[in-house]
Amino acid sequence: MNSLLIPGGKAPAPPYETTRETTRKSLDEPMKTNGEQSTVLTLSQVGKSFGNLRVLKGIELQVQRSEVVCLIGPSGSGKSTLLRSMAFLEEYDEGEIRIEGQLLGWQDTDKGRRRAPQSQINQVRRNVGMVFQQFNLWPHMTALGNVCEALRRVRKFSADEAKKRGMAMLEKVGLGHKAEAYPAQLSGGQQQRVAIARALAMEPHIMLFDEPTSALDPELVGEVLQVMKTLAKEGMTMVVVTHEMGFAAQVADSVIFLDQGEIVARGTPRQIFHNAEQPRLQQFLQNYLDRNAFWQDAKP
Amino acid sequence: MFDWPLLQQNAPLLLGALWVTLQVSMAALVFGFVIGIVVGSLRLSPVPLLRRMGGAYIFVFRGIPLLVQLLFIYYFLPRVGLPNVSPTAAAIIGLSLAAGAYIAEIMRGGFLAIPGGQLEAAGLLGLSDAQMLMRIRVPQAVRLTLPALVNEMILLIKASSLVSVVGLADLTRTAQNLAASDYMFVQDYLMLAGFYCLINVPLAYAASLLERRLKERTA
Ligand SMILES: Nc1ncnc2c1ncn2[C@@H]1O[C@H](COP(=O)(O)OP(=O)(O)OP(=O)(O)O)[C@@H](O)[C@H]1O
Ligand SMILES: [Mg+2]
Repeated sequence: MNSLLIPGGKAPAPPYETTRETTRKSLDEPMKTNGEQSTVLTLSQVGKSFGNLRVLKGIELQVQRSEVVCLIGPSGSGKSTLLRSMAFLEEYDEGEIRIEGQLLGWQDTDKGRRRAPQSQINQVRRNVGMVFQQFNLWPHMTALGNVCEALRRVRKFSADEAKKRGMAMLEKVGLGHKAEAYPAQLSGGQQQRVAIARALAMEPHIMLFDEPTSALDPELVGEVLQVMKTLAKEGMTMVVVTHEMGFAAQVADSVIFLDQGEIVARGTPRQIFHNAEQPRLQQFLQNYLDRNAFWQDAKP
Repeated sequence: MFDWPLLQQNAPLLLGALWVTLQVSMAALVFGFVIGIVVGSLRLSPVPLLRRMGGAYIFVFRGIPLLVQLLFIYYFLPRVGLPNVSPTAAAIIGLSLAAGAYIAEIMRGGFLAIPGGQLEAAGLLGLSDAQMLMRIRVPQAVRLTLPALVNEMILLIKASSLVSVVGLADLTRTAQNLAASDYMFVQDYLMLAGFYCLINVPLAYAASLLERRLKERTA
């Protein structure tokens, strides 16, 4: 079942015992997967403006296979815009985004840069899966229907094949028993897990998460993060916008701090969370601590 | 006041005519629904020209009274070289075109109520625009607008009484003919009204049941 998650069958996910977390000696040591260390996602000098407002500026970023990158930053810093650009849900207007070497969204012609035909865009981002803050499930389809839809219509699976893969994906996120439930009959955490299963069913090489737990009641956050941790362990390449610093500290290979559209700091979780040097990052973390340090206010 | 033997004699005739009314209305509903989906999505197209075409369609077919549209289709189109249309065809075409304009507006409202994120997710998974329309937008828009759509269906059945101007022996025309020959206007027209209620009241009831069922499941 897990083999469904191996990207392109090229780089087999390491067996559970030898995952990144257990093989790495310290968080500061760069991660090494067995053998291949190919780049899945490359951003060079990426910029984006909404009218006069330049919300992304000169973003440089590489994501290696099986790497987990967490994007943090204050509200309005451009995290969502950056993540959405990686799936061309926003049309970035400067620089290049490449997915496994292929230029995303644009094509160069003699008259300059043009939007690529939709079929080409779909081809390039075929291996990109995305999970949204608002789940974005289709409410008129069951959990299984949601997971199978693209398998049937896009990948042209037979009904049986799609159902088999769909059930495997739902079981993977712990929801095999909810296959016939409609989204409205599921809790937020369950809905988000169905959304993850839906994306995984397409065997993405990289998964993008935009604040996947921000719309959830606090007690439902854990089950979603648990699924994401398992994915990371299995070697899924992930870019995660999150306010869950605990998750970032535990799971990320690198953490990127975005502020006002720029990457202000990047490093291992330890470098970012324990040895923050940039004042803006320090300020951001301090705010986060103040907001979350409820025990300090507790009466003795 | 009532002439029962005559009523028993006329009822089967009206029943036959009711069937004509139903057939024409249902055909128009099906075609009107297809037109409504197409025009309704044109109205929301990112391409300005397509948007304007959709708008023009609605402007024309909602703006001109159905009676005038029917007359135009039946009497004027043959003059300008289009082949003779049968009364049935003229009735179905006229009703479909008009229903299409109203259904397009209903569907547009339904489409707009679908959160954009659902379509982003679909597009990212590789669904084409047509697949998104048929698999995600239309099924949800129909659920969201079911009361309005059934209402439109009832209006359509009632509006079909106008097709008698093109000579189709529908329910209304048949009742008129009967009344003209037996002079029992009150009785014949009461029966006519009763037959329309016979379809429309259960329809409205079924719609409210269906709506409740859908709400239970998806809300
Ligand atoms: N469609 C849009 N049109 C105009 N401005 C936009 C649009 N989307 C985002 N912006 C602006 O771009 C900036 C970055 O927004 P973005 O949503 O990427 O921030 P974010 O880091 O994800 O914030 P949050 O943590 O609140 O989700 C903000 O100033 C926002 O107002
Ligand atoms: Mg955001």
